[in-house]
Amino acid sequence: MRFIHLIWRNLMRKPFRTILTVGSVFVAFLLYGVLMMVQAGFGVGVDLAGVDRLITKHKVSLIQTLPYSYAARIDNVDGVAGVTHGNWFNGIYQDPKNFFANIAVDPESWLAIHPEIVLTDKEREAWLANRQGAIVGRQLAERFEWEVGDRIPLDSPIYQLDEGWEFVIEGIYEAGDETYDETQFFFHWKYVDETPGWWQGEIGWYVVQISNPDNAPEVASRIDQAFANSSAETETSTEKAFVQAFANQYGNIKAIVTSILGVVFFTLLLVAGNTVAQSVRERINELAVLKTLGFTDGRVMRLVLAESMVIALVGGLAGLGIIALVARGEIDLQFLPVLFMPSWAMALGAVLIVVLGLVAGAFPAWQASRLKIIDALGRRA
Amino acid sequence: MSDSLVSVRDVHKVYKRGSEQVDVLDGLDLEVPAGDFVALMGPSGSGKTTLLNLIGGLDKPTSGSVEVSGTRVDKTSGAKLAAWRARNIGFVFQFYNLLPVLTAERNVELPLLLTGLSKKERMKRVEIALDVVGLSDRRKHYPRQLSGGQEQRVGIARAIVSDPTLILGDEPTGDLDRASGDEILNLLQTLNEDHGKTIIMVTHDPLAAKRAKRTVHLDKGALVNETVAGAVA
Repeated sequence: MRFIHLIWRNLMRKPFRTILTVGSVFVAFLLYGVLMMVQAGFGVGVDLAGVDRLITKHKVSLIQTLPYSYAARIDNVDGVAGVTHGNWFNGIYQDPKNFFANIAVDPESWLAIHPEIVLTDKEREAWLANRQGAIVGRQLAERFEWEVGDRIPLDSPIYQLDEGWEFVIEGIYEAGDETYDETQFFFHWKYVDETPGWWQGEIGWYVVQISNPDNAPEVASRIDQAFANSSAETETSTEKAFVQAFANQYGNIKAIVTSILGVVFFTLLLVAGNTVAQSVRERINELAVLKTLGFTDGRVMRLVLAESMVIALVGGLAGLGIIALVARGEIDLQFLPVLFMPSWAMALGAVLIVVLGLVAGAFPAWQASRLKIIDALGRRA
Repeated sequence: MSDSLVSVRDVHKVYKRGSEQVDVLDGLDLEVPAGDFVALMGPSGSGKTTLLNLIGGLDKPTSGSVEVSGTRVDKTSGAKLAAWRARNIGFVFQFYNLLPVLTAERNVELPLLLTGLSKKERMKRVEIALDVVGLSDRRKHYPRQLSGGQEQRVGIARAIVSDPTLILGDEPTGDLDRASGDEILNLLQTLNEDHGKTIIMVTHDPLAAKRAKRTVHLDKGALVNETVAGAVA
C-alpha cells in the first residue's frame, strides 16, 4: 500500500501511452469476452443439453423427414418416457437479415419435454387453443418489439404460400435456465401440416425423453433398431451430440476462437511488454537512485511488476466488466442470440489478466532488478 | 573494530576495461571519526567517487576492508546491504536525482517507505526535514517547478529524513551557481555542526572544500595530502 502512489505516478509519467496500453488490454479482453460468448452461444445447448433427451433424425440427414407414425412406435420403446417432434420452418420475417429459429412443434408434448420454456398458465392455454398461435422468446420479442396478440407474417422459401404464413403471438417465454435460447419462435406443427400441399405427416426430428440418462446409448440403439431396414431409417444420438454436430456445421468454433485469442494475446503481450520495457529504459537513473536509497533488487522488481499488473488489471477488469454487463442483459449485443458468459470463462479471463501482467512485466522487471547502481548512475573513478 | 565511524584500510580497486586493468584505488587508508566533515579532492580519475561508492556500499573493493559504523560494508551484500544503506547512509548527488513525477515531499518520503512508519509519522518527518532545509513552503512543488538550489535542498532533505549516521555528497554544489552553492554548503555545515552529522563530500571546488573540517587529497588512487581547516597544508 505504501508504494501505490509511487506506482501510480510512474504510470502517469506518460499518461497518453499508459492510456493507450490500458485501452489495448481493454479491447483485447472485450474481444475475449465476446468470443467466449460466441463459443458459448454455439455450444449453449451442448453443455447443458438435457441429459435425459435424445434426438432421432433421418439416418441420411436432417433434411430428410421421418413419418409421423414413428412417434407412437418410439414411445413404445423400452426406456422411453416421452416423445415430441420438431420441423425446421426457415421462415423469414420481413428481411433475411432478421434471422431467428422458427420451429413447428407439437405444443403440448414439446412443453412437457422442455421445462426450460417458462410460460404463464394463461399463455400456455392460449397457445394450445389457437392453431395459428406461436410463442416467442423474450429476447426475440424485445428485438422486434412484439407483444402478445401481435400478428406476425413469415415467408418461407421452402414452404411457400401465396397468401403467406401468419402467426399470432400467444405467449412470450422466459428461459428457465440461463443457457436456454430466448430467441426462438415455436408454432403448431399442425398449422402447416394441415395446410394443403405441405408436410402431410412428415417430421423433421423427434425429441425423445428417456427414463434413465445412464441408459441413453442402449435406448438410442433400440430406437434405431426398431426402424432398421425401413424406408426411413433413423439415427439417434444424445441431444448434446446433436447440438454439437449442428454447431460444427459452422466449423470448429472452439479452434477458431482459440486461434484468434492466441494471436490477440500474443500481440497484447508484446504491446504491454514493450510499454513497461520502454518505461523502465527511460528511468534507469531513477531506479538506480531508488536502489541507492536502500530499495532492494527484489523491491525494484516488484515495483516494475506492479506497474505491469496495474495496466493488465485496469484494462482487463474493465473489459470483463463490460462483458459481465452484456451477459446480464444490461448492454444489448443483438448479434449474439444467447448472452451467456460461462463462469469458467470469467475465471479464465481473470487468470489471463494476472498472467498477462506478470509475463509482460517479467523481463523489464528482471532487467531493473539486475541494474548496477554505479553503471546506471555513471559513477566510476 | 575501529573507533572511527568510517575506517578504510589498504583498499585496492581494480576495474577492467576490455583486456586492460585500471587501478583506481591503490592501498588507500582513511579514518573518519563521527562528527567529522571531510572533503575529498583530487583530479579526475583519482578515485574520489570510487572511494565514496565503497564507503556507501554501492561497490566492493578488490581487496582491503571498509567498515562503517561497525559494519564491514565490503563483506555485506544483497538485501542486507540495501537495508544497511537505507538506515545508515544519506546520499546527496551532483544532479540532485529527484524523481520528476513526485512532489518535493514525496521525494523526501522515499527512504521512509522502506521503514515501518505510518503515513502520518512519515509525513511528520518529511515536514521536519523540509523545514531544516528551509523548503516547507515548496513541499507540493514538482522538481521542474524548483530552482537548482531548491532541488538540491530537497535532495539533502531526502538524505537526512531517515536520520542516517553518515551523509555522502558527490559534488553537491557542482551543478549550482556560486550563490546557490554557498546556500548548500551553509546547510551542510549546519547539519554537521548543529545536528552532529558526519559528512564526506567529493568536490573539485577549493572554496567548497574550505567549508569542511578537513580536506583529503587523492591522486592516482592514493591519499597524498590532508589539510585541516585553519591549518597550513
